[in-house]
Amino acid sequence: MAPSAIVLLLLAATYFIVPLYATLAFSLKKNEAGAPCCTLANYSWVIHNPDFWHTIKISFLLALETIVISLVLFVPTIYWVHLRLPRLRPVIAFLALIPFVVPPIVMVVGLLRVLQGTPQWFYGTPWGFLAAAYVILAFPYMFFSLDAGFRAIDVHTLTEASQSLGASWPTTLIKVIVPNIRAAALAGSFLALAIVMGEFTIANLAAFHTFPIFLQYVNESAGFPAGALTLLSFLITWGAMASLLLVGRRRRLGLGANIAGRR
Amino acid sequence: MADEGRQLAIASDAASQALRPDVRSGRRRLPLAWLATVPFFAYTIAFLFAPAASVLVGAFQDQKNQATLSNIRLLFHQPYIAAYKTSIEISLVTALLGAVLGLLIAYAAIREGTPKFIRATLATFSGVAANFGGIPLAFAFVATLGPLGIVTTWLRNAGWDPSEHGFQLYSKAGVELTYMYFQLPLMILVIAPAIDGLRKEWREAAANLGAKQWQFWRYVGIPVLMPSLLGAVILLFGNSFAAYATAYSLTSGTVNIVPILIGAYYTGNVLDNPHIAQALAFGMFVVLAVMMLLYLPLQRRAARWSK
Repeated sequence: MAPSAIVLLLLAATYFIVPLYATLAFSLKKNEAGAPCCTLANYSWVIHNPDFWHTIKISFLLALETIVISLVLFVPTIYWVHLRLPRLRPVIAFLALIPFVVPPIVMVVGLLRVLQGTPQWFYGTPWGFLAAAYVILAFPYMFFSLDAGFRAIDVHTLTEASQSLGASWPTTLIKVIVPNIRAAALAGSFLALAIVMGEFTIANLAAFHTFPIFLQYVNESAGFPAGALTLLSFLITWGAMASLLLVGRRRRLGLGANIAGRR
Repeated sequence: MADEGRQLAIASDAASQALRPDVRSGRRRLPLAWLATVPFFAYTIAFLFAPAASVLVGAFQDQKNQATLSNIRLLFHQPYIAAYKTSIEISLVTALLGAVLGLLIAYAAIREGTPKFIRATLATFSGVAANFGGIPLAFAFVATLGPLGIVTTWLRNAGWDPSEHGFQLYSKAGVELTYMYFQLPLMILVIAPAIDGLRKEWREAAANLGAKQWQFWRYVGIPVLMPSLLGAVILLFGNSFAAYATAYSLTSGTVNIVPILIGAYYTGNVLDNPHIAQALAFGMFVVLAVMMLLYLPLQRRAARWSK
């Protein structure tokens, strides 16, 4: 191994590992005076904090809602496009790139303006406004994941076989098509989970109290418990990415995806 | 026999016609096939296109929704113009530095002689680290290089206080240093396949012809990689330009970049004229569009070599 390569890789490893180590060290600290290591008090602070449970529940349910809406919206559409409207596929693929290009901060400015005046149950709750926005954020990941899944199976033969056995459209979709694209749907779902659990920009500007908002609040008010929470947040991202690796073999976007809206 | 075969052919034809009416009967049934995509398009129009369009329109309206250019004109005054300058500066610095360093790191991990497990580890780690961002990342850097950070404490104990030498984590330089944490992994992910495309035989051929290391890179390596490099720089630029949460948390919203200015209009008490926020957002579109316009001809030039 060339010496220059060793030096470079060591420097890179230091840059990437030290902040993670510092987070861990902070989460185990007692107070600023540098009391001897270590304490789990910060973790117990997190576990006994009702706001933590409240916000993480909101974020998790939001992630589930986003996943359900995305799958219900995109699976039949992409199925149909592969089956009947193959010419439409490039159009949808192009549309799927737009949420990548439009910064979330621009998106939320537009959403706040357009949706102003919609009913309170929609505009004023995370289940309406935020879920609607997060489905759009998840759209590219869902689309490219599902699209790869549909390309890997023979949509026409499966459909013809199912229909010649007398199955209706809904039966074909749910009992024949969906089981065959399960891995792709799961991969897209894990990406959506990671997006929603970490999304700050839209939630902050639209004033909803999700988990990342709570994390920022603790950041500002209580330094060491924030370390424990940050580590937890990293673990959620890491867990979603690891699950992604488990459910699918190498995929186009797969692990290479980087998630919009978190930065 | 022949009859049976014909019947079968007719039957299968009829079946395929029933399944795919669009194939046989041409356009007549096509609108029905399109009907199934209505929910999807309705959703994207409502929550993607309508908001984007309303930003474009709102940027050119005054408080009474009359057409005006005053919001756009305002963008050329302080503090807005300075925010664009800082945003573009941070994005350019982290995109160019991220591209160069990311390329070097990826190359060091991929080149012959480096154990295979290093490459696999780097790829997996990059996949995850490209997604570390926002509030958690800001905290990790505060814990490292903030006033009470671990590295700051080490350095201070060693007699070298970074804050006395002009380094503040909540300054522009601090934001840039933190952004590199997601820029580098993204670069590594994007450029690794291109580096794989550099054949070992090309290096050997160049060496056989008497080329030195730098000559190989100057005349073969970099030109071949150039299209991918340019694309990666654009991607990294956009990635950094759109970032909001990391800078917001790291600097408590004090660094003057465009997303933070926009955010201040909604989170602060200063929502006097939302059209200014829309104009700022419109300006972000324009900057990204200009970057694309600069990129396309460069890309076309660079791609000549890879054909």
